[in-house]
Amino acid sequence: MNAGAQSNAFDLSHSTVRELNAALHGLKQGSNALFWRIAHPGGLHAIAAGVDAPVTIEIDGPVGYYCGGMNKQATILIKGSAGVGVAENMMSGLVHVEGDASQAAGATAHGGALIIDGNAAARCGISMKGIDIVVKGSVGHMSAFMAQAGTLTVFGDAGEALGDSIYEARLYVRGSVTSLGADCIEKEMRDEHKQQLFERFKLAGVDGQIDPSEFKRYGSARNLYHFHVDNASNY
Amino acid sequence: MCGIVGLFLKDKSLEPKLGEMLSSMLDVMCDRGPDSAGFAVYGAGEAGRVKLTLRGPEGYDFAALAEKLGSDVRLTERATHAVLSVPEASEADVRASIAKLAPEVTVVGAGARMELYKEVGLPTDVANRFKLAEMSGTHGIGHTRMATESAVTTNGAHPFSTGADQCLVHNGSLSNHRGVRRNLEREGVKIQTDNDSEVAAGYLTARMAKGRSLGEALEDSLNDLDGFYTFVVGTETGFGVLRDPIACKPAVMAETDEYVAFGSEYRALANLPGIENAKVWEPEPAKVYFWERAAA
Repeated sequence: MNAGAQSNAFDLSHSTVRELNAALHGLKQGSNALFWRIAHPGGLHAIAAGVDAPVTIEIDGPVGYYCGGMNKQATILIKGSAGVGVAENMMSGLVHVEGDASQAAGATAHGGALIIDGNAAARCGISMKGIDIVVKGSVGHMSAFMAQAGTLTVFGDAGEALGDSIYEARLYVRGSVTSLGADCIEKEMRDEHKQQLFERFKLAGVDGQIDPSEFKRYGSARNLYHFHVDNASNY
Repeated sequence: MCGIVGLFLKDKSLEPKLGEMLSSMLDVMCDRGPDSAGFAVYGAGEAGRVKLTLRGPEGYDFAALAEKLGSDVRLTERATHAVLSVPEASEADVRASIAKLAPEVTVVGAGARMELYKEVGLPTDVANRFKLAEMSGTHGIGHTRMATESAVTTNGAHPFSTGADQCLVHNGSLSNHRGVRRNLEREGVKIQTDNDSEVAAGYLTARMAKGRSLGEALEDSLNDLDGFYTFVVGTETGFGVLRDPIACKPAVMAETDEYVAFGSEYRALANLPGIENAKVWEPEPAKVYFWERAAA
C-alpha cells in the first residue's frame, strides 16, 4: 500500500449507487483513495460503472446488471454472482467475479480482463473487441457472437452456436462445445496459442495447474465477412 | 418487462414466514412491473374441503353472499377478495349459486390449499391490502406486471389459475397463443381472458389432466409454446421453473437447505434469510426445474 493510501468504505444499505458512482467518478488523478470496499450490494444495478481511475474496488456480495461497465483502469472484485452485462464495454482494468455471471458478460468490451470463477450464461463475450475473458466454469449459448478481437477462455463447456459470425477473436475451450455458430471452426493449437493460453492462466491465477494442450482453439473461417458472390442469394 | 418471484420452503419452521418473505420479494420487483400484482399462496388445507378464492367489486359484501350459500361455508375476507372454504362435495353447487346470486363475483382460483389474489396497483400496495406478510404456507408465487399484450386490468394480472391448486406466473410474451388457445378450446379447456399467459396456464393444466406430471407438462411446452417466457408454476405439492430456449427473460435462483427461491433479478432474493450462503445460479434455457414435496 502506498504511503497515505486511503481505504474507503461504502455501505449500499445506507447510500445509493448514484452516490457511490459519483464518488468514484470524482476521483482525481493521483488521488490517494485507492481502496474501496462496498458493503451490501444486494444485487443493485450499475455498481462501479464508468470508473476511470487505478483503484481497487471490493464488492461484498452479489451485484445486479452492468457492474463494472465501461471500466477503465480499476480492479473490481465481486464476492458473489453478477447480473447481466458485467464489465460490458470495459476498456481496461480487471473485473473478477467470484460466483456465476449472467448473460452478456464482457459484452462489447475493448480491453482489460474479466475473470469468472463460476459459469457465465448466454452470450458471454458478445461482440467483444479486445477483452480477455477467462471463465472457470462453462458458458451458455451464442457466446462470442460476432466477437471481433480478444480471447475467450473456457475451462468447462460451451453451449450452442459458439462464435457465431466471429471475426478475429480467439476462443479456447477445454470441455465440449454443443455446436459452433456460422463461420466458426476449430483451428490448430500451435505453440503461440499455448503460450497465449498460459498467459491467460496466469491472469486467472491458475498457471501451472492446467495443461494448455487440453484446450481446443476456435476462430473464424473468414468465409462470412468478405463478400463472396456465391453467397449473394443468401443476403 | 414484468417481475416474477417464487418461493418453495423445504424447512417447515419457515412456513409461518412464507408471506413475509414473498412480500419482501414482490416489493423489490415493483420497478419491473408497477401496473398490477398478484400472488398465490399454498396455505393450510382441510381434508374434504375446497378453498375458493373469490374476487368482487370494491366494498363487496362477501359476508352476505356467504350467508346465502349455506351453513357449511366458512369465509375469510381480504379486501376485494375472499376465500370460501366449502365441503368438496358441494363445490359445484356453490359455484353454480355464486354464478346465479352474484354475477359480479369471479372465482379466481380453487384448490385444497391454494389462495390467489391479484389487483391493479403498485405491487407493494397490493401486497399490503391483502396482508400477504401475515400469510403462512409451504410455497407461493408472485408477479408484478408491466402490461404488453393486453390491458392493465385485474383480469390481466397474474397469477393465472386454470385448474385446482394450479397457477402460473409468466414474464415474456407468447407469439402462438391464439393457435394454442384454439386447440385448447377444441379440447374443452376454457380460457377466460384474452391474455397470452392464461393460455400457457391452460396448456399446462390440459397436459396434467392427461396424466403428465408438472415436470413433463413443462417439457411438453418447449415444443408447443412459442415466444419469450420464463414461467414459474405452482401445484399443490410442486414448484416448477422453465425458461424459453433463447433465455430471453431474466431469471436467478437460490437454494439453501431451507428453501428454493426464484426471482427475475437477484435483488428480489437479497433479503432472504441465509442468502449469503445460498447456492445462487441462473437457470439454464429450455431446462425444466421442479421441486416436489411429499403430499401431506
